[in-house]
Amino acid sequence: MKDPIEETMPETVLFYIFGAFAVVASLLVIAQRNPVYSVLLLIASFGALSGLYVLLDAPFVAVIQIIVYAGAIMVLFLFVVMLLNAPQEDTEHDLKVHPLLRRGPLRFGAVLAAALVVELVWALTKGGGESGPFAGGAVASVAAIGRSLFQEYSFQFEVTSILILVAMVGAVVLASREVLERRGGGSGPSGDR
Amino acid sequence: MPTLNHYLILSAIIFSIGTAGVFMRRNLITILLSIEIMLNAVNLTFVAFGRALGSADGQIIVFFVMTVAAAEAAVGLAIVISLFRHHESLNPEQFRALKW
Repeated sequence: MKDPIEETMPETVLFYIFGAFAVVASLLVIAQRNPVYSVLLLIASFGALSGLYVLLDAPFVAVIQIIVYAGAIMVLFLFVVMLLNAPQEDTEHDLKVHPLLRRGPLRFGAVLAAALVVELVWALTKGGGESGPFAGGAVASVAAIGRSLFQEYSFQFEVTSILILVAMVGAVVLASREVLERRGGGSGPSGDR
Repeated sequence: MPTLNHYLILSAIIFSIGTAGVFMRRNLITILLSIEIMLNAVNLTFVAFGRALGSADGQIIVFFVMTVAAAEAAVGLAIVISLFRHHESLNPEQFRALKW
């Protein structure tokens, strides 16, 4: 009786630690006024999710979660936040009232999110039967993922590269200043940001 | 031992946090971050289901979701930069005109 409990204990404890860390960090992301803190807390949340992926025997996803998500995408966010240099939500009302405690339609958003939690948890706990622990041994190795990615899903992989190319060109066009100036400036202020 | 339901409930909670962020915040950067939170909650669902079914497909679709998230972040942040250059604000309530 005592041996299996002690054997499975670290995994359960790690699940709750990582899960609580991810939930608390995500809550703090949407509770911060300063977007720089939000981005840094989201990186912490991604680290906790990466630990959960390790618990799920998915080392490939855990590694690219850190390298691609926390390393590349979040640095892009951080770069834009620091480039824009507009850390606060800039109305006077926002300085007095916390962003999550405003009235009106925003309160409706909180109610909607809480209803979504209740509904999803209710559906998951009441809907199907109680799921047992995961079957052992069925671990998808990185080699198997690579083989499947380049054989079964090779077309989708190539389409992904086109998507990245289109997104890159689109981002350059959207963020470049020269296109607007050549067209006559438009109606925007000619600030040098 | 955490079961599949544990992971799904955790994913549902994180997804709802992201939804609340999209609804309740008035900062474009934070809204984009909330969308990233939602994408990550869905990724956790995919990996948990893939582990439960014993196949690699759950992890492969996470790879594709991350690619789409990168493209979305690049284009979204470019739009945010362009909007900020025109309006000097990140508050979505200030962007009322479709034509700018």
